[in-house]
Amino acid sequence: MLPAPFEYHAPRTIDEALDLLDQYGDDGKVLAGGQSLIPLLKLRFASPGHLVDINKIKDLDFFEERDGTLRIGPLFRHKSAERSSLLASRYHVMADAAPMIADPIIRNRGTIAGSVAHADPSGDWGTVLLAMDADLVLRSKRGSRTVKARDFFSGPFSTALEPTEILSEIRIPAAKAMTGGAYLKLERKVGDFATVAVAVHLRMDDGKVGSAGIGLTAVGPQNLKAEKAEASLKGVRLDDAAIKQAAALAAEAADPKADQRGSVDYKRNVVRVFTERGLKRASERARGGG
Amino acid sequence: MGQPITVTVNGEKRSAEVEPRLLLVHFIRENLRLTGTHIGCDTTHCGACTVLLDGTPVKSCTMFAVQADGQQVTTVEALAAGGTLHPIQAAFKQEHGLQCGFCTPGMMLTSLALLEEKKDPTDEDIRWALSGNICRCTGYMNIVKAVKSAAATMNAAAAVPAEAAAARS
Repeated sequence: MLPAPFEYHAPRTIDEALDLLDQYGDDGKVLAGGQSLIPLLKLRFASPGHLVDINKIKDLDFFEERDGTLRIGPLFRHKSAERSSLLASRYHVMADAAPMIADPIIRNRGTIAGSVAHADPSGDWGTVLLAMDADLVLRSKRGSRTVKARDFFSGPFSTALEPTEILSEIRIPAAKAMTGGAYLKLERKVGDFATVAVAVHLRMDDGKVGSAGIGLTAVGPQNLKAEKAEASLKGVRLDDAAIKQAAALAAEAADPKADQRGSVDYKRNVVRVFTERGLKRASERARGGG
Repeated sequence: MGQPITVTVNGEKRSAEVEPRLLLVHFIRENLRLTGTHIGCDTTHCGACTVLLDGTPVKSCTMFAVQADGQQVTTVEALAAGGTLHPIQAAFKQEHGLQCGFCTPGMMLTSLALLEEKKDPTDEDIRWALSGNICRCTGYMNIVKAVKSAAATMNAAAAVPAEAAAARS
């Protein structure tokens, strides 16, 4: 399969890339890892006139925890997340999700930011960022703005990102003490998109829940944040009753469609079960176990 | 509307003018006539088209040739350089790690990258590493055996010069 013809640009600096995007507007598209975009181009679901490949720009592959924030650059690839000892020790929900993204060869190339900008409702990273209450920095030639993950996704493959903007940085509040997380994903086979997945990011505070983040994958028109379930946990002891209630609220927040992967009831039930398990696993990890 | 590129393929610099939309796999197969790299699903699933880009496995159906400009590509043809089978090839043959052979080039290149990184992988490591390469006929058991066997051969070969050096000192 051959994509429609396009002009290829490989800028060496981010300013050059932003100039190009500014110039071409709707007809321009950023190419990062390309593991979602290139298949779409080949199927001709997308046919931009100009591709702006950012892979030759130095320093976009950053990943650092600094001044209370974990910062992730546009070229930070799934593989690097999978191998990060920082994520394994303190950002469990990310460490869990990384090896579940597609397959190892795709993870060598695909990027977290690219996956988030692509905004597939079955994509995993958006859900993780919703649970972690991330901020997304959107940069254009005219300046930068910061959007909360919860305000970023607006529908299937739709986001707040303008054609002239690059998702230039993902900012996640640095994990404090007593923080734990988990990502649970049901897939038909290794590398498949999720039938259902649930992200949990939990901070305990003096035996009670300091804050809880819960994200849902593949059970709505976009990655969802289960805000009522999150609110139900704040300040309470994480006992079985609290976990059950939050899981029921998360299942209610889910809005799945029946397809070859399962019925509506089935998927909603998986959300409930995964939210329970995720909360238990996250709280064990917050206490230094699991 | 050609764009000039120079890609080092199997150690040799290859220059061409290509359309930006030309996929790396087509560049390899049609421009360079290296047909060992196969096109399987053409949708980023099967891994038959896997090549190494600067040593890392990538699906060459999901990358444009222009993106490889200035980089190193390794295809299956590099394995038996000099006419002798690479230990990975010998092991796939010995352990019946292939039937129809369509997925084999991708399997072997992914295995090569794994063995560069992990000298002595477990079955689990091998299965995990190869989970992006689909085979529809061997059932994978013999592929895993082949990779283990290749690792043993390669480790033994690496140990020989080291022992010789130790004996000399």
